[in-house]
Amino acid sequence: MKYFHLIWAALFRRKTRTILTLVSIAAAFLLFGMLDAVRTSFDQAGKSANGAHRLQTGSKLSFIQPLPQGLGEKIATVPGVKSVAYSNWFGGAYQDPHNQVFTFAVSDNYTDQYPEVAVNDDERKTFLQTRTGILVGDKLMEKYHWKVGDQIPLQSNIFPQQNGSKNWTFNIVGVLHPKEASAGFYSQIILMHWKYFDDAVQKGYNNGQVGWYVVSVADANQADRVAKAIDALSANSDHETRTQTEAAATASWMKQLADIGLIVGSIMGAVFFTLLLLTGNTMMQAVRERTSELAVLKTLGFSDHSVLAMVLAESVLLVLLGGVIGIALAALLIPGVSASSGGMLNLPTVGANSWLLGVVLMLAIGMVVGAIPAWRAMRLNIVDALAGR
Amino acid sequence: MRFLFNLGVLLALIVAIVVWALVPWYVVVALAVLFGGWLMLSRRGKQAASVTGVGVSTLKQRLGSSSVVIVGIAGVVGVLVALLAMGEGYSETLRKTGSDDTVMVLRGGSASEVSSVLSRDSILVVQQAAGIAHDGQGKPITSGEIVVAANLPVKGGAADDEGSVQLRGVGEGAWALRPNLKIIAGRKFQPGMRELVVGQGAQRQFAGLEPGRDVKLGAQTWKVVGVFASGDAMDSEVWGDADVIADAYRRGSSRTSVVAKLTDAKAFDTFKAALAGDPRLQVDVETTLNYFSKQSEGMSKVMRVMGITVGTIMAIGAIFGALNTMFAAVAARAREIATLRAIGFRGVPVVVAVMLETMLLALIGGLIGGVLAWLIFNGWTASTLATGTTGQLAFTFKVTPGLLWEGLKWALAIGFVGGLFPALRAARLPVTTALREL
Repeated sequence: MKYFHLIWAALFRRKTRTILTLVSIAAAFLLFGMLDAVRTSFDQAGKSANGAHRLQTGSKLSFIQPLPQGLGEKIATVPGVKSVAYSNWFGGAYQDPHNQVFTFAVSDNYTDQYPEVAVNDDERKTFLQTRTGILVGDKLMEKYHWKVGDQIPLQSNIFPQQNGSKNWTFNIVGVLHPKEASAGFYSQIILMHWKYFDDAVQKGYNNGQVGWYVVSVADANQADRVAKAIDALSANSDHETRTQTEAAATASWMKQLADIGLIVGSIMGAVFFTLLLLTGNTMMQAVRERTSELAVLKTLGFSDHSVLAMVLAESVLLVLLGGVIGIALAALLIPGVSASSGGMLNLPTVGANSWLLGVVLMLAIGMVVGAIPAWRAMRLNIVDALAGR
Repeated sequence: MRFLFNLGVLLALIVAIVVWALVPWYVVVALAVLFGGWLMLSRRGKQAASVTGVGVSTLKQRLGSSSVVIVGIAGVVGVLVALLAMGEGYSETLRKTGSDDTVMVLRGGSASEVSSVLSRDSILVVQQAAGIAHDGQGKPITSGEIVVAANLPVKGGAADDEGSVQLRGVGEGAWALRPNLKIIAGRKFQPGMRELVVGQGAQRQFAGLEPGRDVKLGAQTWKVVGVFASGDAMDSEVWGDADVIADAYRRGSSRTSVVAKLTDAKAFDTFKAALAGDPRLQVDVETTLNYFSKQSEGMSKVMRVMGITVGTIMAIGAIFGALNTMFAAVAARAREIATLRAIGFRGVPVVVAVMLETMLLALIGGLIGGVLAWLIFNGWTASTLATGTTGQLAFTFKVTPGLLWEGLKWALAIGFVGGLFPALRAARLPVTTALREL
C-alpha cells in the first residue's frame, strides 16, 4: 500500500493514453452491467421465498386449455394444501387493440396468495364489494395517469360481453403495490373479478371454467408431494392437470422465450477478448516506455518481485478503475432504460452479485493483461536497460 | 480558438456520421471513386498517396498495436451482424410463411389466430365469398383451421421438462394452400383419425415426434404418421385433422380462422369487400403475407434495438481503442511527419494519410468480423416464443449481404472517428519541437 502513489503516478504518466484506455474499459463493463441485469432478471423470475409456497395447476393438454371450476374444491381437500385461488386470462387492451395490458379475472382470495403484493385493507374491501371493480398495478396507474375511483374502458381481444361488444368498463378501486423486486410483474397488471367475468361474458365463451389454479402449500418442502397428489385427482379424466412449483413453471417459460445465458455469454466473450488485447497493448506500451525508469527503481534496491507486483498492481488498478466507472454508469442508466421501454423491460439495478462478478472479472482481466509486461519488468537486466539495449 | 475548432470538428463529425448512416451503397461507391481519382490525379492527392504508402509499409513493425484496431472493430462488427442476423432471420421466417394471394380471415378485432373464434355458420359464408379460387372439381380452396397449443416433452431435457408447441387442425384445402410444404417422411394424416404430421423444426425440438411413434396429448394418445418441411414458420407446428383436434379440445364446430386461396392477388379487394358487405359476418381479412409480417414486427424491432444498443456501446470502446493506437502511431512517427512538413508537404496529405491508414485497418477488421459472423451464425437455429402463436417458433439466423454491408459501414465509421483526431494532431505537430525530440 505504501507504493500506491508510485503506482498511481506510473498509471497517469501518459494521461491521454490512460484515459482513452479507461473509456474503453468502462464501455466494456457498462455493457457487462446492463447485460448481466438482463440475465439476472431472467434468472430471478419466479424465485422468491413466497414463490416456494405456491404451486400452479394448469391443464396438462396445454396452457390455453381451461379447467372446470369444481376442481378447486377437490384440490383444497388435498393434505398439505393451505388455500386455492384461480385465475383466467382476459387479454385486455387499453384504447388501441395493440396496447396490451395484462388483465386477469381472479377469485376473491387471489391476492391472499401473494403476500409480497400489498393492497391496502380499505381498497381490498371495496374490491370485494364492487362487481366491476379492478385492482391495478402501481406502475400501470402512473403510466396512464389513472386514479382510484376512475372508470376505464378495456377491450378484450378474446371475450365479448352478452351484448356482443368486446368493450368492457371497469372501476378502479385499488392499487397493487409489489413489495419485492421479484413481484415486479404485479405493478404492470390488472385484476378483475372472475365471478363478474363469468357472468358477463357471452354464453359459450367461458362456461364457468378457470384458466389455472394457484395453490398455497403449508410446507414448501412438501410441494412436490402435494403437486403429485393434485395431478392424481384428475388422472385419466378429460381434464388432466399438470402442477408445478411457481419457480419451475416460470423457469420453463423463460427457457422457451430465449436462451439468454448463451446470448449474454457470447457477447461478453467477444467483448472481453477485445478488451484483453486492448488493455494488454496499453500495458505493453507503458512498460516498454519506462524500461529505463524501471531499471532505476531496481538500481535503487527494489527487488525483482516488488517490480513485478507494482506492474501487476498498475494493470489491475487500470482495469478496476475503468470497470467500476462502467458498472456504476450501468447502474445509473438501467432505471432510464426500464422506464423508456414502457414496462416491457423491468430490469433490476446492478445487484451485489453483479458487482461481485464484475470485480472478480476486473481482477482476473487485470492480472492476465499485466502478466507479460510484469514478467518482462521483473526479468529486466539493469545494465542492459540503462544502456538502452 | 483551439477549443472552438475542436468543437466544430466534433459537431461536423456527428453530422457526418448521421449522413453516413443514411447514404445508400452507390453513393459510397461514387465517393470512393471520386476519392481514388483525387489520389491518382491531383498533386495533393499524389502526395497523400505516397505518405500513406510509407505509413502502410511500416504497419508490420506496429503489428501488435495495429491488431488492437483490427480485433476491436472485428468484435463490434461480428457481434452487431450476429444480433441483427437474429432479427432478420426471425422476421424472414414469418414473412415467408405468408403470400399475397392467400388470405387469413379472423373474427373482427382479433390480434392473432389463437385469440380468434369463428362459428361454423360464418365459416360456411366465408368459403362461398367472391374472389376465392376453385379447384378442378369446382370446390373453393379453403381451410377452416383451429390453432391450439400442446405440451410436449422437450428433447434433451429432464423427464418433467415440457415445452409448448403450436398444434394446428387443418381442413382439406390446407395442402393446396401451402404448396411449399412437402412431406419428407411418412405420409399425411387421414381425416377423422387421431394422427399427426409434424414440422421438421418441431421434430428437432420435441422428443418422440418420429413417424410411427405414439404421443400423449393430455389423456389421449395420438400417432405421428409423417414429417413435413416448409422452410417457414409452419416448420415449428404440428398438424392434425381440424375436426378431431376441435373435438379433443372441446371446441365443437367452431374454428379459429379460415385460410383461403384467391384467384390472384388482385382479387383481394373484391374478397374483402364481399365479406365487409355481408351483415352475417364480423371479420377481419388480411393477406397471409401481411398477417405474418405484422406478427413479426414487435419482436424483430426488439431484436434490432438490442443489436444496435450493444453495437453502439462496443463501438464506443473500439473508437477509443483505435484513438489510442493511432495517437501512439502518430507519436512514433512524429519525426518522420515533421520531416515531411519541413520539406514542404502541407497538412492535407498528412491528415489524409493517417485517416486512410486507420480506415484500412478498420476495413480489415470489419471484413474479419463480418466473415466470422457469417461463418459461425449463418444458418444457426434458435427458437423463441413468438407473439401471436402458442408455441415455440424455430428460426435460423440469416446473415444477408445487406447486413454485412451495414457492418462494414459501422467499421468504416469507427475507423473514421478513431483516425480523425490523431490525424489532426499529426498535421498540427509543431515542426521544430518534433524534429528536436529524441
